[in-house]
Amino acid sequence: MTTALAINGLIAALFVLFSLAAIVTRQMLGTLYLFMAHAIALTASAIVIGIALDSPHLFWVAAITFSTKVIAVPLVLRWSAGSEIYERREVDQVLSIPVSILIAAGLALVAWIVAAPLVQVIPGRPFAVINLPSGLIALFYGAFTVAVRREAVAQLMGILIMESGAFFASIAIVNDLSVIAEIAAAVDVPVAALVIGLLIRSINRTTGSTRVGLLADLKEQR
Amino acid sequence: MSPLLHYLVINLLQIAFLLAFAPLLGGVLARLEEIIQGKHGPSIFQPYFDIWKLFGKDEVISEESSWVFRFAPLIHFVMPMFVVILIPALTAYPLFFAFAGDMIAVGFLFAASGFFVVLAAMDTGNVYGGIGASRTRMVGFLAEPVFMLVFFALSYVADSTIPYTVNASWAVSWAAMLQPAHLLVAVAFLMLLLADEGRLPVDNPAGKAETAMIGHSKNLEYSGTGAALMKWGGAMKFMALLIVFLNVVITPWGLATTTHWGDVFFAMPKVLGKMLLFLVVLAVIETTVAKLRLFRISEFLASALVIALFAMGVRVVGIG
Repeated sequence: MTTALAINGLIAALFVLFSLAAIVTRQMLGTLYLFMAHAIALTASAIVIGIALDSPHLFWVAAITFSTKVIAVPLVLRWSAGSEIYERREVDQVLSIPVSILIAAGLALVAWIVAAPLVQVIPGRPFAVINLPSGLIALFYGAFTVAVRREAVAQLMGILIMESGAFFASIAIVNDLSVIAEIAAAVDVPVAALVIGLLIRSINRTTGSTRVGLLADLKEQR
Repeated sequence: MSPLLHYLVINLLQIAFLLAFAPLLGGVLARLEEIIQGKHGPSIFQPYFDIWKLFGKDEVISEESSWVFRFAPLIHFVMPMFVVILIPALTAYPLFFAFAGDMIAVGFLFAASGFFVVLAAMDTGNVYGGIGASRTRMVGFLAEPVFMLVFFALSYVADSTIPYTVNASWAVSWAAMLQPAHLLVAVAFLMLLLADEGRLPVDNPAGKAETAMIGHSKNLEYSGTGAALMKWGGAMKFMALLIVFLNVVITPWGLATTTHWGDVFFAMPKVLGKMLLFLVVLAVIETTVAKLRLFRISEFLASALVIALFAMGVRVVGIG
């Protein structure tokens, strides 16, 4: 149990690092790879907690997470917005990267402060102590990415990082959710990726780019 | 031999270890990078030949320069030796000078030598020296808060700023090693090491264009003995930082635990082995990462700062 807690702590640190890196990277492809690494960390945490708490449901979570987020989402994105991801390099953003990093530090502090009383409320969940704040950080960072990136693909990554964050926190709190609920929650992910991917594809076809930030201006004003 | 004298001799042995093997690290790193790039480069002993050759050459010193220019190589050469007697280079137990200075003192010693090298770079009036000096200070100012936070995070864990105590507090168990704060501090320290040593992605050590250099244009004006001392001192500084990074922060094992001579000598290959593993990682980083533009370095170090803040936060909240 102590070993599992220690390993899970390490995975949680990696999870937070990958969330931060997804904000910091400028490259589109880099964001995608970091998102995959992020999902692998989530999978690993689910496996570790599953072994420690002897909960087969968490193995399902791990399998579903891996197959959707590491395999399905990149494939869907490659199909729907391949040229944008693999050919364009840099992502437009509203805030400069140093400012984003400072805000990220503030968000992490907020997440820790918010999570501290929450952890008190749910006793008997040893893994929640580290997973809840880490998940909250990823949730905040995902929301932040959606807000500051003027790029549909990066915004999709932000939404998916939020989703992973929520999962990361919840696997430590609820470890006996039925498989049907898991599958239902997990199928949403590729569906969301597919819908937004189709949207990206049509935006790309109409405007020749996925920089949705540019769409805020009215045509007459330009 | 009395225990005190014994400790003093081990301290001297640490300095000898640093002096003897520091140039080797640079040679091995260059060779590893050439293997990855598919080149056939010079042997791993090339830095020794370079230093030997430079010691045999005449020294040319600009008439415009002052005593600072002559003094800087000496202080650059001597400071890593002072540092190495404060840190656990070969032994896990504190030696004669262990409590003479803590990790803050290590930072001060390196800062003092960096200060004189920067002054010396501006002293001759060489344009590139001045550019290199001001850029080094820029990176230095950005790295300073990260250094502080990393040291605070480390000492917070160990309740002490003495490197031996920090080493002992990580080495207790695997659970201590796997703490989230530990990983985060290690990552922040690695980024700091890359910035401070002028490795990629912050600065290109193999670059030949003076206008793109950050730290490496500072000793362009040196020749002969001065250049040899700068080169050797730089290698020793790199090795001393690696000792801090490997023996104190990430892998606190493989050090001698008894005062037995065999044990102390056997620690040398183990420490060098750890360094070799790290150099492989460094070579992979250096061959796969592109150099950052000058004003992107602030982003790189700001990320390191936030990661160090994470480490502190995780400790303060009490979950790691």
